[in-house]
Amino acid sequence: MTARQQRMLIVVLVLAGVGVATTFGLRAFQENLLYYYTPTQVQAGEPPLNRKFRVGGLVVPGTVGNEPGKLEKTFDLTDNGAMVTVHFAGILPDLFREGQGIIAHGKLNDEGVFYAEEVLAKHDENYMPPEVAESLKQIHGEEPSQ
Amino acid sequence: MNLMEFIDMGGYGAYVWSSVGLALTVLILNVVTARRAVKVELERLKRRYGNEPTQGAS
Amino acid sequence: MWTWFHKLSSPPHFYRLSGTMIPWFGWLAAALIIPSLYAGLALAPADYQQGDGFRIIYVHVPSAMLSLFVYMFMATAAAIGMIWRMKLAHAVAVACAPIGASFTFLALATGSIWGKPMWGTWWAWDARLTAELILLFLYLGYMGLRAAIDDTNRADRASAILALVGVVNVPIVHYSVTWWNSLHQASTLLKKGGPSIPPDMAIPLYGMILGFLCFFGAVSLTRVKREVLVREQNSKWVKDMVTSK
Repeated sequence: MTARQQRMLIVVLVLAGVGVATTFGLRAFQENLLYYYTPTQVQAGEPPLNRKFRVGGLVVPGTVGNEPGKLEKTFDLTDNGAMVTVHFAGILPDLFREGQGIIAHGKLNDEGVFYAEEVLAKHDENYMPPEVAESLKQIHGEEPSQ
Repeated sequence: MNLMEFIDMGGYGAYVWSSVGLALTVLILNVVTARRAVKVELERLKRRYGNEPTQGAS
Repeated sequence: MWTWFHKLSSPPHFYRLSGTMIPWFGWLAAALIIPSLYAGLALAPADYQQGDGFRIIYVHVPSAMLSLFVYMFMATAAAIGMIWRMKLAHAVAVACAPIGASFTFLALATGSIWGKPMWGTWWAWDARLTAELILLFLYLGYMGLRAAIDDTNRADRASAILALVGVVNVPIVHYSVTWWNSLHQASTLLKKGGPSIPPDMAIPLYGMILGFLCFFGAVSLTRVKREVLVREQNSKWVKDMVTSK
């Protein structure tokens, strides 16, 4: 083996070694890398008990309740499997609307209601002008988001 | 579309224009620092060769 | 192919070639970036959900793409420098680092400015954002490591290893949004079934991406010129060139 081939081998080994080590590392800490749990995971009891975590899903249309005279809101989140009711008192992001993807950070209470301290909006990777969205809505009878 | 609407960006003006301003700043700084690095090095070499005896370089 | 490669790797030849290439890349970058940015800000329609706020995409996505592209370019140059003991390739890698760092910073900063109104937060420790931050630290680490080693040959070897180790972060940045639940959405342009953005919004974006690539060409070659001057300062061609002016 020439010196050059040896150096080439070193480069390949460094790349492969770091790649394999990182893959195992990421697999071991898979759970910590999830930014949020889905309602299905919440129902299955995956999130840690008595600790704050995030739950993400779509706001179920028609469930956004506004208690009169208060800042507090309740709404349901779904991943088209399970559902979680979220309670939040605070300012919602601009993109908060029915059907929108939302990530709430907080705790589950004993009745299974999620008390959020922070609500973030997650948007999807689709961009289009309003007119296109409107015509898609008419064709499919639903919001094209997510 | 009028100018005020363009600047306002539907209420997102501060976010959009600060992003664009930051991007232009990064582009300009890249050009300025890269060109200056070449200029400074050429001047340094000129001074260095000027101080050397004429047969100097190997 | 190999004669071309050898000719290119000769520093005086490369230095002269850079001199002619830089204006081309530079003007091409300007000719792409100025109209594309105008089209993105003024001509493209507003988004159905984000309104005019989505226009941050025209600076955010090109800088994020460049931050990854420059890293791969830098690591490839470092590997070539290491395997073939080519000093010019190391010079190219050195030139890439500050440019890549600046575009990684730009991607993070514009992303943060975009995140505040849309997501409701400046920053979140989700996989995509965290991996991009690590990319910034890799660039800074590369520059710091070189600054700490006086001997150029040793600095070349040590920093090349660091650049190679950091390559693992590039696919992590790219796939983070599909591997894990994240706040950041998935890729719009590089997705299965084609981009999910109509042409009147996408064309200025492609123009910006191409413009940023040309910009990188111009600025990186300028930085390589400086690096070649430093490394070749004891050679006759540099002395002849500097003193004849």
